[in-house]
Amino acid sequence: MGHTFAEKVLARNTGLSSVRAGQVTDVFPDLVLSHDNTAAIARIFREIGVARVKHPERLAVVLDHAVPAPTTRHAQNHAEIRRFVAEQGIRHFFEVGRGVCHQVLCEEGLVRPGDVVLGADSHSTHYGALGAFGAGIGRSEVAAIWATGRIWLRVPESIKVTVVGELGEWASAKDLALHIIGALGADGGTYASVEFHGPGIAALSMASRFVLTNMMAEMGVKNAWIKPQMGKSANGQISNLQSLISDLTPDPDARYAAEYTFDASTVEPQVARPHAVDNVVPLSQVAGTRVHQAFLGTCTNGRLEDIAEAARVLAGRRVAPGTRLLIIPASSQVLRDAMRLGYLETLLAAGAVIGTPGCGPCMGNHMGVPAPGEVTISTANRNFRGRMGTRDAEVYLASPAVVAASAVAGEIVHPASL
Amino acid sequence: MTITGKAWKYGEDVNTDLIFPGKYTYTLTEPEEIAAHALEDLDPTFAAGVEPGDVIVAGRNWGCGSSREQAATCLKWAGVGAVVAVSFARIFYRNAINHGLPAIACPEAVAAIEAGQPVTVDLAAGEIRCPAGVFAFEPFPPSVGQILADGGLIPHLRKSLAGRLNR
Repeated sequence: MGHTFAEKVLARNTGLSSVRAGQVTDVFPDLVLSHDNTAAIARIFREIGVARVKHPERLAVVLDHAVPAPTTRHAQNHAEIRRFVAEQGIRHFFEVGRGVCHQVLCEEGLVRPGDVVLGADSHSTHYGALGAFGAGIGRSEVAAIWATGRIWLRVPESIKVTVVGELGEWASAKDLALHIIGALGADGGTYASVEFHGPGIAALSMASRFVLTNMMAEMGVKNAWIKPQMGKSANGQISNLQSLISDLTPDPDARYAAEYTFDASTVEPQVARPHAVDNVVPLSQVAGTRVHQAFLGTCTNGRLEDIAEAARVLAGRRVAPGTRLLIIPASSQVLRDAMRLGYLETLLAAGAVIGTPGCGPCMGNHMGVPAPGEVTISTANRNFRGRMGTRDAEVYLASPAVVAASAVAGEIVHPASL
Repeated sequence: MTITGKAWKYGEDVNTDLIFPGKYTYTLTEPEEIAAHALEDLDPTFAAGVEPGDVIVAGRNWGCGSSREQAATCLKWAGVGAVVAVSFARIFYRNAINHGLPAIACPEAVAAIEAGQPVTVDLAAGEIRCPAGVFAFEPFPPSVGQILADGGLIPHLRKSLAGRLNR
């Protein structure tokens, strides 16, 4: 019987000839991510009684959740992180404004196919789009890895998702992701490794692939995987790693806990209604809902492709009176590219507000906090009650095109009907 | 170890933002201030009413969403003795165990327990006792049981590293 991606990548990491789903094994992460939570992790680390991080070169620290610091307490948190990073000699440290952690690590070429990347952030599933094993863990576990270089993991069962057909003009990877989550549910992938297969995946851009692996966190998965393709990498490293990618590709006779097939060509723009990510309906069912705030950004949908899509919708149009549009590029590189290509001019002319690269509004940490009773339509990944910082506000999730179009209309609208 | 308290009953897919709002994640650091916001946006009566040993009883997928560890520690520091649910999201499950907070999947007990009822969780016997009866759950594997017995991952690690040095 063949092996899944999860079985292959974890066998490679541990140096065992073979591992199987259900087996518990120590793994040795190639990269360990933390962000604004690094100070809290450092305090836990000190409790362990180990003076030095075992592999400082395997740490990556990105300030992104509340940047630039909005309050004195947030500033103290950042200052404590800078002291720790200097004290431990951590080279992969990215300052305020560099961008959202997952985007930055990919742009910096720190993630390679076959790597085990564990992050103190649930959207660490992101790295599967580069053929890596990416999973979220807690703060104490990160501190333990800093001290010891290892952690136990249970080799997950795998779910095979095959996507056939290509997305239509106004349908995006976000719509496909929401459609899959709506169909399988918020616990549809709990503990599992989700593998994406099929021609509908091969047709996706690199930026779109990240949307899929990133959003799988909302199905409770441990990790997600897409086979990397030559020329699909932002950092150009993948082409040197073809044999490794082939070695880690799941076998045709691998065993799956479940298999599903979706047809991308039938996916219309989707919207997740408040207050659950799997509360998904076709856009037509919520069209006309009044929108006070539109937010485009985050690790899910703040890349150049997403900003280009918004610019396409916003060109020659204005944000509706009574509605505000907040756009936060996922990184400083995305911001520069958007400037160079003229997208910023289009967005600003339409009345958008541009924020510092980071992810503060997504979890109510910084900027874009809605008033009670207000409705936000967002390209982020979660719409839980209170998520954006206000209990009695509503968040709808959608694609960049739908968010931009809704900002223009002042209500949820299909971009084609503007 | 035996835990006894009253049941706080909640539904399905209770996410980490409802358990501990994201807006507090980088500014609150003290156990008592973190505990004061437990379940704030789900049940405003909880933080004031919870007593040591109380048990949360919930539906499917408890703790879905963020990896924030405060979702486990706010409950622990508020006095919660155990969480019994139909199922758990994986990061919450690990965070709970890593802080010595037993997370127990037992759908039968969840169906039988009503809000406010007395509940006893017997970890050694693998039993949940409540007015409707006694329900068995699968005991923790030895490695996980040892982390719980040591009071969480960090005390466990400190102990094992010290053991290694003394050898």
